[in-house]
Amino acid sequence: MMLEIVLFIIFATVCVVSSVLMITRQNPVISALFLVLNFAGLAGLYLTLNAQFIAVAQVIVYAGAIMVFFLFVIMLLNPEKEKKFFKQKPKLKIFIVVIVALVLLQIVYMIFLSKPLNAINPEVAKSVDAGTVETIGREMFTKYILPFEAAGYLLLAATIGALVLAKKKFE
Amino acid sequence: MQIPIEYYLILSAFMFSVGIVGVLTRRNAIVVFMSVELMLNSANLTLITFSSYLGDATGQLFVFFVMAVAAAEAAVGLAIIIAIFRNKLTVNIDEINILKW
Repeated sequence: MMLEIVLFIIFATVCVVSSVLMITRQNPVISALFLVLNFAGLAGLYLTLNAQFIAVAQVIVYAGAIMVFFLFVIMLLNPEKEKKFFKQKPKLKIFIVVIVALVLLQIVYMIFLSKPLNAINPEVAKSVDAGTVETIGREMFTKYILPFEAAGYLLLAATIGALVLAKKKFE
Repeated sequence: MQIPIEYYLILSAFMFSVGIVGVLTRRNAIVVFMSVELMLNSANLTLITFSSYLGDATGQLFVFFVMAVAAAEAAVGLAIIIAIFRNKLTVNIDEINILKW
């Protein structure tokens, strides 16, 4: 199965490059477009992990709905281009490098030295079965029905909250 | 399942670190917000990886709920940014310091 490895390398490269480009571009519109590319690459990675339903939901919800919302707000506000950060505050550079290096080192240390990771025996049949719409739907509407209802109320509250917050206030 | 699980986890850790750098260095509130979304997605990738390698659908359900919460969070957060922009005419987080004493 060379195809699996080739697909992983392609999608992982897309994710890494687009995420780095996203935080380095000065123009927020270009940042948002690179984030869409990053989400598309992530959807591809989910497909290589046999999670078809989540891959489709990722494209529809994240790359579709949420990013259109972001672009809409960027176009609406038309913010000014920001100046180069490190030219303004060179002292903060060391602080940020240290913090990020610490976090990354800690995660990598955990990944390579954690014993439970060695106990995982992946089975392709079980993995394919776990990602289907059938399995996810059955679990969602039996075992996880209460969180599902709670998510519905959360979205309703968020809709009302966003309307109230962004409404023009008349004196 | 030919790929070792560590590859996905390292990729996820790298994307999370890029998200941290974005939150700490960018001064545009909307881009900071997008970096937070990037960190959320790297956590989602870890959940999906373990769900797939363990053959258990629970992690994928959790990602589904994370997506619902992220949509709600984006709606409310961007509404707050619009409200701030209407008052201060800027989204630069260095100039928004009315809660600082």
